[in-house]
This record gives sequence, C-alpha cells and structure tokens, in this order.
Amino acid sequence: MPDQHPRKVLITGVSHLFGLRLAKRLEADDDVGSVIGVDLQEPAIPMKKLDFVRADIRSPLIARVLESTEVDTIVHTNITSSPRTFGGRSGMKENNVLGTLQLLAAAQRAQRVKKVVMRSSAAVYGSEPGEPSIIPEDHAGKAVHLTGYAKDCAEAETYARDFGRRRPDVELVILRTQNVAGPTVRTSITDYLSLPIVPSALGFDPRLQLLHEEDAVDALYLALTGDQRGIFNIAAEGVVYLSQATRLLRRPELPLVPFTARFAAGLLRRFGIIDFPTDQLKLLLYGRVLDIRRAREQLGFTPRYTTKQTLLDFRDHRSVEDVTGDPSRPTWERDLKRLAAERPTGETV
Amino acid sequence: MGEAEIIRMSDRASRAEEGDRCKATTSSGRPCRNTAVPGSPYCRLHAPDDAPDPSGKAGSPIDAARDMAGDAVSGFGAFLQRRFRGDYEVDDFGYDRELSRNVLLPLGRPLYENYFRIRTLGITRIPSEGPALLVANHSGTVALDAVMMSYAVAHEHPSERVVRSVAADLVFTLPVLGPMARKAGNVVACDEDALELLRRGELVGVFPEGYKGVGKGWHERYRLQRFGRGGFIETALRARVPIIPVSIVGAEEAYPMIGDARFIARAFGFPYFPITPTFPWLGPLGLVPFPSKWVIEFGEPIPMDGYPEDAAEDPMLVFDLSDSIRDTIQQMLYRNLKIRGSAFI
Repeated sequence: MPDQHPRKVLITGVSHLFGLRLAKRLEADDDVGSVIGVDLQEPAIPMKKLDFVRADIRSPLIARVLESTEVDTIVHTNITSSPRTFGGRSGMKENNVLGTLQLLAAAQRAQRVKKVVMRSSAAVYGSEPGEPSIIPEDHAGKAVHLTGYAKDCAEAETYARDFGRRRPDVELVILRTQNVAGPTVRTSITDYLSLPIVPSALGFDPRLQLLHEEDAVDALYLALTGDQRGIFNIAAEGVVYLSQATRLLRRPELPLVPFTARFAAGLLRRFGIIDFPTDQLKLLLYGRVLDIRRAREQLGFTPRYTTKQTLLDFRDHRSVEDVTGDPSRPTWERDLKRLAAERPTGETV
Repeated sequence: MGEAEIIRMSDRASRAEEGDRCKATTSSGRPCRNTAVPGSPYCRLHAPDDAPDPSGKAGSPIDAARDMAGDAVSGFGAFLQRRFRGDYEVDDFGYDRELSRNVLLPLGRPLYENYFRIRTLGITRIPSEGPALLVANHSGTVALDAVMMSYAVAHEHPSERVVRSVAADLVFTLPVLGPMARKAGNVVACDEDALELLRRGELVGVFPEGYKGVGKGWHERYRLQRFGRGGFIETALRARVPIIPVSIVGAEEAYPMIGDARFIARAFGFPYFPITPTFPWLGPLGLVPFPSKWVIEFGEPIPMDGYPEDAAEDPMLVFDLSDSIRDTIQQMLYRNLKIRGSAFI
C-alpha cells in the first residue's frame, strides 16, 4: 500500500455494528485524515472526522460519491443478516448482493482506490456435521448448499474476488467474521442468547464460537492498516457448548424437537422478538468453528477475549436493552440516539 | 494388560485360601462361591445387614460397582456444581475432559472389565506424550471397538492418554450420539481434523476400513477390508508421526452380522442395516451385544519421519505403506485369535 498521508477512508454501513465502531476507532488514528460514511440512517454517535453521506449502495450514486470524495480505501461492512432493516428478505438480498456488486463496480473505475476491505461472514462455511471441526480459510466445502444470508455472503465474496482479479493493484482483504457478541451490540446470536428461556434442538449440542465486538473492530482496523491481502477467518479463541453457554448465562434451556424448533423460530421472528434468520438454524444443530491461525500470523490479529470471556462480558456488562425488557428503560444505545438527535444534522449529498 | 490380570487372579486365589466360602445359596440354587467376610459365615453380597465393608476390596462385579459409586460420591457434589454453573473447559474440537473422565468412561468400565473381559497387550508401546496415529481394524456393526480401544488407553496406559478417534460424518448427524461422540473426544474423519490434532500432540485413532469394516458379514470376520484410499498414511507422513498398528479381536462376535437388509438401509440413508441373530428380531433387546471375549494389542510403532518431505504426494509410496500396515494388522489379528482361544468362554 503506497503511503499517502493522510488517508481517506470510505465506510459502508457506517451506522451499524461494524462500520459504526470502526469509524469511532478511526477518530483516534492520525494516519486517517477523513472518513466518509455511507448508510441509509445517520450514525448514532457524533464524530469529528466523519462526513456522512446518506446513500444507498445499490444506486449508481455510489460511483459519484467515490469520485468526488477521492477515497483511497473502502471498508465494506454493509452486508447484513438482518432482514428487518431492509423490510424483508428480498430487500436484504438486494442490499447484500446488488449493493456489493454496485460498490465494487464503482471501485473498479476509481483509480485512487488502493485498498478494499470487505466484511463477509463465517456463514459461508455453512454448518454441516461432516465439515472439519476447525475450518481453515481454504477449505473447499463439500458442496455445501447455502441459502439466505450465507448465500449472500458467498456471492458477495465471488464479486470481490472478481474485482481483485480485475484490479490486481488493489489490496483486497475479506474478513469472515464469526458471530459477534458483546455488551453493546445486538446481533442474532445476542438476541437468541437473551431470550428468557433459550430454545435448543433436542439431542443436539453445538459448539459455539463467538467474536467479541472489540476484537471485531480490531480485525477491521488491522486489515485496514496492514499490507496483507487475502481471506481471513476472524473469531475468538476457544469454544463453549450451547448447553454450557446457557448455564454460564444462567438461563434455562428448552430443548425442542427440530421440527418444532423451526416453527418456534418462525414465530419468534414474526413477533419481532428475535431476528434470527431461519436459514441459520442449522448452526444450532452442528455449530461451526473457524481456524484463526492465518489471521493471527499474517494480520497480527490476537483476540483479547476468548469465546467464554466474550459470553461472560456479554452477561455481566450488557448495556443493550434486553430483547424482552422494558422499552422505557434507558439504555446505552438510546442515550446515544438522544445525543445524536441533539446535535446538528450531518452533511448529506 | 497381561500382568495386571495375573495379579488379580492370584489375589482372588489367596483370599479363597485364607477365608471360608460363603454359606449362602445363590438365586440359581447353587452354593455361593464368594469368599466369606472374616468373622461372618456369609460374603458381602449375602450378608444379612447391608453395612458397607470397610476393607473396600472388590470381589464381585456388583461390589466393584458399589466401590466405584462410593469413590464417585466424594467429588460428585463439586463436579455437579461445576457442570451446573458451566464452569468447565472444552477444547476446540469439543473434547470435554471432565465429562469424559467422570461420566462417559465409568460407563464403559463394566463392559470393558466384566462383560467383554478385555485383555490389552503392548499398551506401553504407546508413547507417554507426543503424537501418534493408532491404526486399527474395524468390525462389529456398531463402533464398539473404537470405544473399547479408547477405554483401554485411558485406563491401562500409565499416563492415561485420551485417544481422539475419527468417526464417520453419519455419527455427528445423529441426535444424542453425535454430541456425545464429540464430548468424548472424537472428531470428523477428515484430513484437516486429524492433522490438526497430531500437530497439537494428540493420539489419533483411525479405522481405515470404515463402513466396509463395521458393515462386513459374519463370513468375512477378521478379514481386513481395503484400507480406504490411504489418507491416513498421507496424514502420518505430513505430520511425521509414528503409526501404531492395533488389532482388536472380539468385536466381530459382539454383533455378528449375518445379514444386511439393503432395502431398509437405502430407505433411511444408512450405509448398511445389520441383521444379527438377535437384531431386529428381539427389538431393543437385540441391541445387547453378545458377551464375546476380547483381546486388544498395540503393535510396535512404525516411524514415518524417515521419508522425504513430499512423500505424502507420492501415491505409490502411500499405497505400499498402507498395504504393509494392513498386513501387519492382519498378522496381529491371526496371532491374537489364537491367544484368545474360545470366542465366548
């Protein structure tokens, strides 16, 4: 990566999980001159360096943004597993797949772009009983049939690799992140583990591997600042069994026969209690554990939290509202939203 | 182990000389053969009151079980508490050492010691530490042989090592059994898992015959099937770890497979559907194995580090090594069949 200080970084999905936290981290980094954040909603935290652009990455407008802002680095964190944000599965797919396609098409034209970091997901490995217990990056799945979110991620990765082939001068990094948990994030796995009674599949006990939110941001930051390229698994060390996790969280487990489990998950989703994509239910049967050796050796990624510590941190310091909790209770996120509302609105294009 | 067996026998014999036999009559109407407790005309089993015996020496299987229960009770409370709080560690592959040692292994003990009366030979050929690949024959419809081999190493080996056997995908798709297999330390049969375990210095157990071994008919007993595609040799060459050939005699008679209901197997997606003299005729009762007598022998380790770096890429060498190890195990099987003598008595 040619050193051109200060850097200009564009972050897609800047108002959500990964983008928001990365933007906040970049505030303190002097090598980064400015951050251009793209999302549909405004970020909840005011940031000095951030120029917010309200734009949909699915629209060709994104090319104009890339041109006019002259960014040299793109961090694509807009691939999401939450259908609710986009009004359903088809909207989610549009965003994940066509959004990525559009963004990369624009990036291919933008000659100043020298680095692209894309956040993909461990979901691309599927969750199969016959897969290796610890999955390395170059493991070619045994014709794993992917659906939903996992398929989106796999397709987005294909586009990213095509992009990498057409623009060999660009350093392309793809991070496959494990399920993220922590005190201040709300993801499908934290929603699930926050249920007062945790439903599980009768006769099955998957190994869970998590990724602490801080470590997730660390990984993105390392990918952004380092000069490595390639695909990296990003996860915490160690695993816990689901049965062990529920005991650590002091929540009763409710084993359901797999047929009713699918039904129950559908109900929980319909009533908005949990945003757990039903295509990811297999994770609760067989689990999925990633090998993070490559990220450790090449990216210098050393997770600060093990899976167990992540769970305990989530249990003891959770500041996100409980999914079933009282909505009038003040919480960390709502405080931030209030703060954000008080300040003048950001720049929009 | 042979020596251990002898000590136990002489122990029993000397006690028979010291004390009188129990005066009670067993439920089958024969005089009880147990040694009477000193100062009483009855053995512990037939003693009129159920005061526990202070000497704590195991006489019959029932006494052994009772002693075991007594030992377990002391640490049991703490164990349960740790389990309840989730306060335990499992390794990345899912091996739950505490659960294995405290719950799963003790379950295997009566089978190993009293039911199959397993004799284990050459246990000291397994290194006390460091990686090795155990290559064993596979038979007996269900993979009881893998369980018994693990038990043999866990209990007879001086450093109580755990064998991480690789198991077919099918096992991990099953409810209850799948998670249990994982917690006992087994992993999916694939190069990645085996290699990674060896890199971490573990003992890995493989059964290269796979389904062809466990699912072979009674008429083919103790005849080794094809050793897969030699993947285990490649793994050993890559990891540069010794191969220890293992012969397991006795599993064939535990579930003698006299037929294979292919159409049922196909309907359920199983590799075979065994028919034994008791299964499926007696329903769940048919799942009880026959009380065959077993001999497990661990052979001389075969070093794998003398080959060139890229030896694993040479299929001819891999096939040759695979064949020679297969021969070694076949010879061990013939020898141990002779040592065992009768299959049941």
